[in-house]
Amino acid sequence: MIWDCDKATRNGYRDALLELGREQGNVVVLDCDLSKSTGSHLFGQEYPGRFFNCGIAEQSMMGTAAGLAASGKVCYTGSFAVFATGRAYEQIRNTIAYCNLNVNICPTHAGITVGPDGGSHQSIADISLMRALPNMKVVVPADYIEAKAAVKAAYSIDGPVYIRLGRPLVPKIYSEDYEFQLGKARILREGGDVVIIAVGVMVAEALKAAEILARDSINAQVINPITIKPLDDEVILVAAAKTGLVITAEEHSIIGGLGSAVSELLSERLPTKVVRIGVRDKFGTSGSPAELMKYYGLTAADIVMKIKDLL
Amino acid sequence: MEIISEEEKMSPAELRDFLAEKALLIRRDIIKMITVAGSGHPGGSLSAADIITALYFKVLRHNPQAPKWPLRDRFVLSKGHAAPVLYAALAEAGYFERRELWSLRSLGSRFQGHPDMLKLPGIEISTGSLGQGLAIANGMALAAKIDNLDSTVYTLIGDGESQEGEIWEAALFAAHHRLDNLVAITDFNNLQIDGRVSDIKNVCPIDSKWSAFGWHVICVDGHNLLDIVSALESARAVSGKPVMLEATTIKGKGVSFMEDMVGWHGKAPTKEEMKSALKELGVDEWE
Ligand SMILES: Cc1ncc(C[n+]2csc(CCOP(=O)(O)OP(=O)(O)O)c2C)c(N)n1
Ligand SMILES: [Mg+2]
Repeated sequence: MIWDCDKATRNGYRDALLELGREQGNVVVLDCDLSKSTGSHLFGQEYPGRFFNCGIAEQSMMGTAAGLAASGKVCYTGSFAVFATGRAYEQIRNTIAYCNLNVNICPTHAGITVGPDGGSHQSIADISLMRALPNMKVVVPADYIEAKAAVKAAYSIDGPVYIRLGRPLVPKIYSEDYEFQLGKARILREGGDVVIIAVGVMVAEALKAAEILARDSINAQVINPITIKPLDDEVILVAAAKTGLVITAEEHSIIGGLGSAVSELLSERLPTKVVRIGVRDKFGTSGSPAELMKYYGLTAADIVMKIKDLL
Repeated sequence: MEIISEEEKMSPAELRDFLAEKALLIRRDIIKMITVAGSGHPGGSLSAADIITALYFKVLRHNPQAPKWPLRDRFVLSKGHAAPVLYAALAEAGYFERRELWSLRSLGSRFQGHPDMLKLPGIEISTGSLGQGLAIANGMALAAKIDNLDSTVYTLIGDGESQEGEIWEAALFAAHHRLDNLVAITDFNNLQIDGRVSDIKNVCPIDSKWSAFGWHVICVDGHNLLDIVSALESARAVSGKPVMLEATTIKGKGVSFMEDMVGWHGKAPTKEEMKSALKELGVDEWE
């Protein structure tokens, strides 16, 4: 497998918006003074009548999106993940989610791979916040293709969708004919000794780990659930039954994200050992994305070590 | 532990030269730090350099040897992305070794991309998420009142940042509680990330907004050091109201190719750009 990093998941948002603008007359895009980082400024150039830069005002952006959606528009809102889900949490909760409005919250710069901006800008609890809201769907794309497909698909999904996007260039996981389906996991590699369930940048790390483990005759299955909510229960239950050992991997706190979602499912329906790889209840810090992946124990080597310890 | 500084005895011309020298050193360090780090925010750091200089080298009551001195004035950098200007000023004031500045934004550094109070002495509060500094300053000013301390609390806000709702909630609070030990400063450079503040979401007329909110407003040229000092000093004399200093500034001030350029909000100079910037700031090379 080749691990060339060519595009970021945030680029999928940018490109999907341009296509949506062309195809769907009722798409309206909002941003909060970060349109050059999220890429929505290109939509603004193409469709100036349907793009509004709200300035640095995340709370009222979400309220405005809700009003637009309540009037028949499908809204996409951009910002950084930490501000979109944090500053505007209650607007999302009590207006967008409570009213089940068609607002697709697609912030970029999620997780620790934001890099040198540091802990204030690295969202480590956004999945957790969004997952706990009724009506909210939570999608964590692994590459550009998946991100673009998810953003486009969100247009026809009823109610709000949270799509978590990243800043760094990431390897290509999927081919161009990829089709997004809400709540449908992908099995990316078969194996019977252990299953690694990974989302976002951790999908590539999981696949790399599985390659390394194979050299020692350890066969790891790799699953990308893509949507953390709704979760593809059946695929995960079958994998847990087959392997008896589940590793979750996410660029997010181990509290409340993918690891929690999988643990909740298995503890109720098929108690299985689950080991969560993620940020271990710490804030982020400044550093390059690659350094931080090591610092927080999120690399393929960390996954390999953990699995060898367990087997 | 009252600090009587040399600056107290200076003539206006001497004070101006003294402060101008400090501001120049700070501007050079901003450029160097961000170049070495490879990322960061030069524009908003340079636009605030004279305001920060006036505060740390004349107006603020503080003691670099005792950063937690209870009688100190407080400064809150609400526009936390301008961390380099604050780090450079704190180093020059003697809070830590200047050579540590070159670790900006690297793994394990005390000099985080945005100020971190748990890592670095002299940082009163961690910032970086815009819009929160004024409310925090309210809390500090309130605490000083409760404890009967005559500390003044200063905070620096961006003009783009003033689009955040929390700023205006805090504006109501400060006036309601007559926080006359609070001085807020707006770094009015008319630029944010996506363009001019007046094009993205206009905040003008800003002075009449703040006076309508019950604040005493003073307008000042944010690059005239003596004017900033006297504005800050007259702000301290105001009673019964919080004070807003509207400082008109130029983003990127001091480096011609960065001045008033939106593209230099959050971009590091190359080595070559650093050289020409330093030349404009009076030095040929990294000394
Ligand atoms: C709540 C929040 N939203 C967005 C950002 C991203 N951001 C960092 S700086 C900036 C623009 C700030 O403009 P301004 O306040 O005018 O600062 P200055 O021009 O002095 O640099 C933005 C949007 C942030 N740090 N915090
Ligand atoms: Mg500005």
